Amino acid sequence: MYEHDVIVVGGGGAGLRAAIGAHEAGADVAIVTKLHPVRSHTGAAEGGINAALREGDDWELHAYDTVKGGDYITDAPAAETLAQDAPDNVVQLENWGMPFSREEDGRMSQRPFGGLSFPRTTYAGAETGHHLLHTLYEQVVKRGITVYDEWYVTRVAVTDEDDPNDRECYGCVAWDIQTGEIAGFRGREGTILATGGDGQVFDHTTNAVANTADGVAMAYRAGVPIEDMEFVQFHPTTLPSTGVLISEGTRGEGGILYNSEGERLMFEYGYATNDGELASRDVVSRGELTEINAGRGVDDEYVHLDMRHLGEERIMDRLENILHLAEDFEGVDGLENPMPVKPGHHYEMGGVETNEHGETCIDGLYAVGEVACVSVHGSNRLGGNALPELLVFGARAGKHAAGEDLGEPEIPVGKTDDAEGIEESDVDFPVEPGALAASSAVVSGDTPEEVVETAREAETERIEGLLEKEEGVNHAEVRSKIQKSMTANVNVFREESAIEDSLETIREAREEYQDVYVADKSRTFNTDLQHTIETRNVIDAAETIAMGALAREEFRGAHWRKEYQERRDDEWLKHTMISWNDGTPELWYRPALLEGENQTYEPKERHY
Amino acid sequence: MSTQTPDTDETDPQAERMARKEERAAEREEASSTPDVGEDAITLKVFRYDPEVAEKQEPRFDTFHVPREPGITVLDALIYARDTYDSSLTFRHSCRQAVCGSDALFINGSQRLGCQTQVADLSNSDTVRVEPLPHREVVKDLVVDMDHFYDQMDAVEPYFSPTEEPDGEQLQSRENREKIKMSTRCIWCGACMSSCNVAAGDNQYLGPAAINKAYRFYFDEREDDERQEERLKIIEQEHGVWRCQTQFSCTTVCPKDIPLTEHIQELKREAVKSNLKFW
Repeated sequence: MYEHDVIVVGGGGAGLRAAIGAHEAGADVAIVTKLHPVRSHTGAAEGGINAALREGDDWELHAYDTVKGGDYITDAPAAETLAQDAPDNVVQLENWGMPFSREEDGRMSQRPFGGLSFPRTTYAGAETGHHLLHTLYEQVVKRGITVYDEWYVTRVAVTDEDDPNDRECYGCVAWDIQTGEIAGFRGREGTILATGGDGQVFDHTTNAVANTADGVAMAYRAGVPIEDMEFVQFHPTTLPSTGVLISEGTRGEGGILYNSEGERLMFEYGYATNDGELASRDVVSRGELTEINAGRGVDDEYVHLDMRHLGEERIMDRLENILHLAEDFEGVDGLENPMPVKPGHHYEMGGVETNEHGETCIDGLYAVGEVACVSVHGSNRLGGNALPELLVFGARAGKHAAGEDLGEPEIPVGKTDDAEGIEESDVDFPVEPGALAASSAVVSGDTPEEVVETAREAETERIEGLLEKEEGVNHAEVRSKIQKSMTANVNVFREESAIEDSLETIREAREEYQDVYVADKSRTFNTDLQHTIETRNVIDAAETIAMGALAREEFRGAHWRKEYQERRDDEWLKHTMISWNDGTPELWYRPALLEGENQTYEPKERHY
Repeated sequence: MSTQTPDTDETDPQAERMARKEERAAEREEASSTPDVGEDAITLKVFRYDPEVAEKQEPRFDTFHVPREPGITVLDALIYARDTYDSSLTFRHSCRQAVCGSDALFINGSQRLGCQTQVADLSNSDTVRVEPLPHREVVKDLVVDMDHFYDQMDAVEPYFSPTEEPDGEQLQSRENREKIKMSTRCIWCGACMSSCNVAAGDNQYLGPAAINKAYRFYFDEREDDERQEERLKIIEQEHGVWRCQTQFSCTTVCPKDIPLTEHIQELKREAVKSNLKFW
C-alpha cells in the first residue's frame, strides 16, 4: 500500500493544480494518473482563460456572464467563486512562467470570446492549454511532488454505510499499466478525482481517447450523486473528419461562419443578430445544424469558417496553431481557403456533485475540473471558463484536502433529509437503468487501511476475472455501439423516442459487457485490459446522460427537446441528480442557487 | 422514482445472452476470415514484442491489411488493426491531434507522430512499417520506456524559478515572447532524442529536447542573470551542448518544427560569451 496525505487522481490541469495547492498547504501529496501528466487532454485546450483582470472589467460581470451563459441553472456561489478567484490564479500562472501572448506594453493579452461582456479571455496563442499544462507540470517537478504515471485508478476505497452521506473515502485502488501490479493508495487527508471528461461516450468528439468518464463512474458507484449529465456541450467548430477542435478564438479574432449559399448564417437567419459568431456555443451549434438540416450545409455536412480576411500576420501571431490543425487533420490551408467545421462533442457540463471546496457528500472524496459539477457551467459552459475552473477549484480542493479552512460552503451536497427543495422524479424509463444485479463499489473495514486493502482485493478479483475469461466479446464492439447510439440520438437536437432508443441500446451494451473478455493475457502494458475497464465507465456515463436528457422536459442551454422547445423556469430551475443506489439508479432534483453575494440572478430571456 | 419494468420475465436472460454471444462469435469469425478491406488495402507491418508472451519474446513483424480510407493516418491504421484483428496490439495514443506527444513512432524509417502522419503522404504508402522509437528500451510492441527521456528533461531544472519571487503580473516584451515561442511548443514526444546519433552513443547526453527546455528558460527575460548563469552551467556540463555535432536530425524529425539544432548552437554561443567574461 502506498500512503500519502493527499492522493490526486489524474494529472491534467485540475489534478496538477490541486496537487500544487495541497503541497503549498503542507501536505505530502501524490498524483496517480493513467497518462504521464504532459499527455493529459488539458493540453488540447486552445482558446484561453477568462479572468477579470483589467480596468473596465470586474468579477461581477464575469459571474453574470457565466450564470447567463449557463441559462440560469449555474449555481451563483460557484460562478462568483470562479470569477473572484480567477484573476489571482491567472497572475499566479504568469508568475510560474507561462508564456502568455503579450500586448505592446508587455502585459498579458486578452481577447473577446463567445457570451462575454468584456474581452477577458487571457491566452497564449491558440494553444493556451498546452502552455498551462506544461507550466503546471513544471511547478510540480520543481516541488518534487510524487507522480505515479501510467497507473490507472479503477476504484475509490469507500466505506459501506447505507446512507452515502455517512460514508468515508480512504483512498483508491490503482493498477500499474506497465507491470500489472494492483495496489492500494491510502490518502490520509483526502482523495481528489481530477480525471477529466467523457468524450468517449460519443464518436465525433474533440476529446482524447483517454477521456472515458473514469471519475464519474467511480464516484457514482461509490454513492456520490451525479449532476446535470444531460448538459453536454457540442462545440460549433470541429473538423468534420476527425473532430479536432478549431478554437473559438478563431471567431474571437474575427472569423466568420458561412453556409453553402455564402450567407453569414448567424445574422442572416436570426440565430444571434447581435453577437453573430460570438454567441454562446449552444446557440452557434444549433444555428449551424439547422442550416445543414435545411439543405444549406456544404456537402450536406458542414459549414465554412473563414479567417482569410484577418491577414497572415495576425493569424500567424494569434492563431498559428489553427493553421497547423486544419492542414494536418483536414488538408485545408486556412490562409487560402475557408475551413470546414461542424458541431462535435466537446465538454461535459455535468459530473460529480461537489461544493465550492471540491468536496463530495462522501467525507474525504473530492472532485475537480471537468469530472466535477460544482455547478459553475449550468446548462452551457462559456468558452474560456474551463481553464479558470480547473485552476480555481483545483487549488481550492487541494488546499481544503490539506486542511486549510476555506469557510462554510454555500453549496449543499448529498441527498439529505434536511436539504431544501429536493424533489423526486417521476420519469418513466423504457428499460430499467443501472446494474443487472445489485452492485456497489463500497466495502467495510475496521480501519482505513483495511478499507483500502479490501477494496484492492475486490478490484483484483474483478480484473483477474476479466483476464481469466478465455472467450467472449471484445470491449471495442460494446463501446462502439454506445458511441454510435449516443451520437445519433442524444446529440444537439433530441427527441423522446430517440433518447429512449439509446437507453435500450445502453441496456443491451450492459448485458453484452457481462461477456467481455480480454484477449491479451500479458501483465505488461495491457491496453486491452485498460480499455475494457474504461468501457464500463463509458456505459455508466452514457446512461446518466440519456436518463437526464429524457427526464428534462424543456429546452435549456445545450439541452434541446423537440417536444419542449421552451425554457420552463416555473418547473425546471433545478439540477438533475442521479444516485447509483446500489445498482438501481434513482433520479431526483435539487433547486439551482441563484442567490449571489450582492444580487439575485433573475432568469431573463437569453439573447446574443 | 418510478421506472417501467417488464411484468414477467419468461425468458432466461442467461440463455438469451449465450445465444447472442454465439451469434456474435459467428459474425466475428466471418469478419476475420474475409475482411473486406478493398483491393488497394494498406499493408501495415508492425513490430511485435512482449517479454511475457512466449510467441512474442522473439521480436517479429505482424502484417495487417487496412482499408485505404481518404485521409487515413498511421494512428488510424493501427487502431483499425487493433480493433479488428488483434486487441493485444499495443501502442500509446491519446489526443489524436499532435499535442499529447504519446505516439512518436518509427514509421517507414523515420521518427514521426502516428496521428500527424497521413499514409498517403508517405513515400511508400503501399506498405507502412511501424516500429517503436529506436534507441529506447522496448516495453511491449510499439511502447518504449520513456523514463530516461523524462530524467534528462528533469536534469535541466525544467521550471521557471527566478531568484526572487515576482510580485504581481510581470511584463514581457512581445519580442522576448517571440524569441522563446518555438521552444515552448515542445510536446515531449521524444522523436528528437531517438533520432540523435550522439544520444545513441552517450546515454548521459542531455539531448535536444532537454537542451531546448533550457533554452526556453535561459532566454525568458523574466528570469534574472543569476539564474541564467546557473542554467548555463547545467547545459555546459560534459554531456551538455558541446556534444551536439549539428547533424540536424532532431530538427528534421521534430513534429512541432522547433529549430532544435539552432537552439543548441545559440546556447553554445551564450556559453562562450559567458566564459569570455571571466578572462
